[in-house]
Amino acid sequence: MNKAVHILLTLMVTGIIAGGVLALVNIWAEPRIAANQKRETEEAIYLVQKNGKSYEEIKTVKGELFKVFDGQKNPVGYSFVYEGNGFQGKIRLMIGIEPGLDKVTSIEILEQTETPGLGTKVTEHPYKDQYNGLTIGTGIEWVKGKKPVKPNEIQAITGATISSKSVTAIVNEGTALLRKMKSEGRL
Amino acid sequence: MKKQVSYSREYLKGLWEINPTFKQILGMCPTLAVTVSAINGIAMALATTFVLIFSSIIISMVRKLIPNQVRIAAYIVIVATFVTIVDLVMKAAFPVLSKALGPFIPLIVVNCIILGRAEAFASKNTIFRSFLDALGNGTGFLISLLVLGSIRELLGSGTVLGYAVLPESYDPMIIMILPAGAFLTLGLLMGLANFYTARKERISIEALRQKYMIETEDKQLIEAGA
Repeated sequence: MNKAVHILLTLMVTGIIAGGVLALVNIWAEPRIAANQKRETEEAIYLVQKNGKSYEEIKTVKGELFKVFDGQKNPVGYSFVYEGNGFQGKIRLMIGIEPGLDKVTSIEILEQTETPGLGTKVTEHPYKDQYNGLTIGTGIEWVKGKKPVKPNEIQAITGATISSKSVTAIVNEGTALLRKMKSEGRL
Repeated sequence: MKKQVSYSREYLKGLWEINPTFKQILGMCPTLAVTVSAINGIAMALATTFVLIFSSIIISMVRKLIPNQVRIAAYIVIVATFVTIVDLVMKAAFPVLSKALGPFIPLIVVNCIILGRAEAFASKNTIFRSFLDALGNGTGFLISLLVLGSIRELLGSGTVLGYAVLPESYDPMIIMILPAGAFLTLGLLMGLANFYTARKERISIEALRQKYMIETEDKQLIEAGA
């Protein structure tokens, strides 16, 4: 057989088989991956709104904004996905916020690529829990190496100041965006 | 016909004799990147071993069909297919694990251990031998990642496999979980491995020389006696 034909045929057959196998696996995996992602989002919505029982998506804005209700259909606040730059890459947050947009209920880190062992501490409880019931006021501020005193202050993590600051900045920006939308009557 | 080594030897050689990390010095990128903790090392090694075994088997199966000029291209497609399968299955069935390993799973495609074994072994040997070779190399990789990960986790976070080992008063050496710590640990371990091998070699040479000297001495004595 001609050498060139042999080479072409080999690569073609390899490619077709590989593509076919992957298509089959994807048919099986795709709905499951989508379901996992949906479940994850739902879990995160209720994680930052502890009293939430049901939610509806607000479609008037770009991004993912959910209005959360309790058992009696009273609004308990918003769960809002917002992202921004961290130390090495994007940080994606689920921010829980009260209906008046003045207090954070809590936050959850959905995605991050911070330094393992240092920046990744923002995903751990001691840091995250500082946001529970935090007053936003004119913007959350951070202090370093001492305990926070003001109601809108958090303590940055030693060795991961940039990551800590980034999370604070993302929450501030997200809140500012929500407030702007509220003043425009789009919320 | 070349002399075939035993099946058990085919497996065991991967553990130390041609250990991927310490002897072949392959797969350095994932080795340095994921060994922040022992558990990450284990998961990475298991995923790599899975891909290594299946691609070795397939490559050994088709080794006579693939023309020499395009073998690397064909191997990469085969390896990439298995890596994508692992990635999809993990995302679908084990979302938590998939999240923890993040971008390292797709990167297995370019792990030199897999292509190295395909090129050096699976493309020249039978299916069963290739399977044993892949399993051995995978185990060797697992051992090195586990050792490296445990040392770095112990010194860098004071834990091993997530369990606190060192007392609370221990101040973790943060450098150990940063890239610099990976280079330091790997370099020292590799030095230790080389030191051990060189010493063993010297001892065996010394033993040979003694034996030879005794023999010549005997001969001289016999000649002198005669």
